[in-house]
Amino acid sequence: MSATETAPAPAFEEVVITTRRSVTAPVRVYEPAGGASAGAATVLALHGAGGWLPGEPVLDGLAAAGLRVVAPVWPAWSEHTDEDRLSDMQDFALHGWDVATEMGLLRADGAAELHLMGHSMGGMIAAEMAALAPQSVARMALLCPAGMWLDDHPIPDIFAMLPYQLAEVLFADPNVGEEVLTGGADFSDNATLTRFMVARARQQGMAGKILFPIPNRRFSERAYRVTVPTLLVWGRQDRLIPPAYADAWQAALPDATVELVDGAGHMLPYEQSAAVVAAVTSHLTS
Amino acid sequence: MTVKFCWFNLMPWPDLPDDFKTEHRSVWVDIDGSLFDPERANGVYHEYMDQLEFADELGFDGIGVNEHHQNGYGIMPSPNIIAAGLARRTSQAAICVIGNSIALYNPPHRVAEEFAMLDCLSGGRLVAGFPVGTPMDTNFTYGQIPALTREKYYEAHDLIMEAWTNPDVFAFDGKYTQLRYVNCWPKPIQQPHPPIYIPGGGSIETWDFCLENDYNYSYLSFNGYLAGQTLMDGYWNRVGELDKSMTPGRAGFAQIICTAATDAEAEELYSEHMLYFFNRCLHVFPGFADPPGYRTVKTIQAGKLDQFRKENQALFKRLTWKDLVEGGYVIAGSPDTVRERMEDMIKRLRVGTVFCLLHMGNMPDWKTRYSSQLFAEKVMPGLRGIWGDEFADAEDWWCKPMDDRVRPEDTMADARRYPEAPKGPVA
Repeated sequence: MSATETAPAPAFEEVVITTRRSVTAPVRVYEPAGGASAGAATVLALHGAGGWLPGEPVLDGLAAAGLRVVAPVWPAWSEHTDEDRLSDMQDFALHGWDVATEMGLLRADGAAELHLMGHSMGGMIAAEMAALAPQSVARMALLCPAGMWLDDHPIPDIFAMLPYQLAEVLFADPNVGEEVLTGGADFSDNATLTRFMVARARQQGMAGKILFPIPNRRFSERAYRVTVPTLLVWGRQDRLIPPAYADAWQAALPDATVELVDGAGHMLPYEQSAAVVAAVTSHLTS
Repeated sequence: MTVKFCWFNLMPWPDLPDDFKTEHRSVWVDIDGSLFDPERANGVYHEYMDQLEFADELGFDGIGVNEHHQNGYGIMPSPNIIAAGLARRTSQAAICVIGNSIALYNPPHRVAEEFAMLDCLSGGRLVAGFPVGTPMDTNFTYGQIPALTREKYYEAHDLIMEAWTNPDVFAFDGKYTQLRYVNCWPKPIQQPHPPIYIPGGGSIETWDFCLENDYNYSYLSFNGYLAGQTLMDGYWNRVGELDKSMTPGRAGFAQIICTAATDAEAEELYSEHMLYFFNRCLHVFPGFADPPGYRTVKTIQAGKLDQFRKENQALFKRLTWKDLVEGGYVIAGSPDTVRERMEDMIKRLRVGTVFCLLHMGNMPDWKTRYSSQLFAEKVMPGLRGIWGDEFADAEDWWCKPMDDRVRPEDTMADARRYPEAPKGPVA
């Protein structure tokens, strides 16, 4: 059979929204298995500095488990060039809420119905969103979030890394990582290389606004506000933000549990997606 | 206008070990601290400052210093300290501080103050440089967020210029700096402000910024004038597009120069020191050269050469003296040879200011003086008038010193004078 015959239908619909801040960006919507269901709980999912891949096994898995997943593409990770409207941590967190508003995810009566999930940089943003408006969040799942700094466990400086050094730091198995990171692109082609360099400048430049030079924008001073039940999922082989940070997050948050996953590094959602789906589903639906 | 020659010292550390390139990751940012010897630095700083004073003596139009941080080829994190020393011991040459990385000063108003001090101290001899700064200095050493660096730089520029030109106390409500009472005190002698030089490494936004404000654009590269021509052609095209005057005073270029009695003597005297510079001093970890967000999308798409790109690093590895000279990285040889190539360089790049890198790498003092003296006496005079009368009335982007300024040669002895007993009764 050819690839086209076996390719599944896209697991999500993409809509393009413009927020009240005039930021235009696409949003992926994964409807729960069995079609749109009015009663399904919604998860607002935020990606890490790598952006969403064409296929996102964790988002697929959550939808299959009956959750509706709304996954915005962060400004700079799409062709819409509105990223200059967001400069700092507060802008980032408010943009998350602006997306939720625009997507109709907030109830008029203010009841907390929305779940938040975020990976790495996305986890940092989700946590800040929860600190700003804890009353609007039902439950939260953070996958090895950025946002803290421990002097005894310095986080490697990804902004000073050469492309070939990334897989070693991001994946439990660097060989798998190499494939995921390059996506088979041919960098000997000049146009491809320029496109790659431009995307890197925009996306990692944007990430740098909250991650450079130290990925700590003092969330720990606001962590006391995050009273929502929070699950922290961490890869045991995370060499970027090592599991010691799971303990620090748990200590900082009023209501947090930790689940460590074997055979996963910092790119845990791609390395052990089934385990992540199981842990997150169990937490969000309990 | 006459071509201006500025004798420039990067102030490299002269004792990087032979195995530096293989045993160390980078000359910049995370250079091994144990390689620095403070007691040795006592002599090194004085030797370099003596050379800058000697350049004043030789009649160079300017003497130049710049700012780098955590850098083995530039031990001058504060160029203003060196400039202050030079202002006290020289009297003729422009003091070219190329420059202060204005986004790194907190608040940037500090630059307005210190440059005003230097202008007063030197009697109006300051040429003021405002670099955006390299990623190594600005982002990795001084922690500025790459994607916001340029915005912060422009804001710092606006603050400094208003501080120099607004006679009133004013409030500055910036995104990065907020000051309720800005009141630059002292103020510069040169009005409305000293000439502004913007040293660039190839960001095309910088061209428009220079042209909109009528600042000098100086391309500081170690790749020499042949490689620099593409970039400078782009700059001059932009000057034409914006309908600005084509006076060479708008542009400067840094060139490594080695002068000797003969071409053969140049190789014999200077080869090892040039190779020290290219092989050890430019050994920068490529991961520090291009943090995402630092270069704009426009610059990346334009594909401008970046002097710290990986392929250029690899290029340096293979370079021999012959490559350095033929490729224009180094202009070297007898006074005739050097004059001929300098003329070619000045005309090709259409520059009004040349930053003369006559000390490089681990060159010993005597060779530096020898090369500099030959250049000053046998090369420079024949080049000053290259642009003839064509731009006689053109702004030359150079300092305008006071005529009756304090001159150190007149005051040095007097400074140590003991008080005389007052005549008559003391009240």
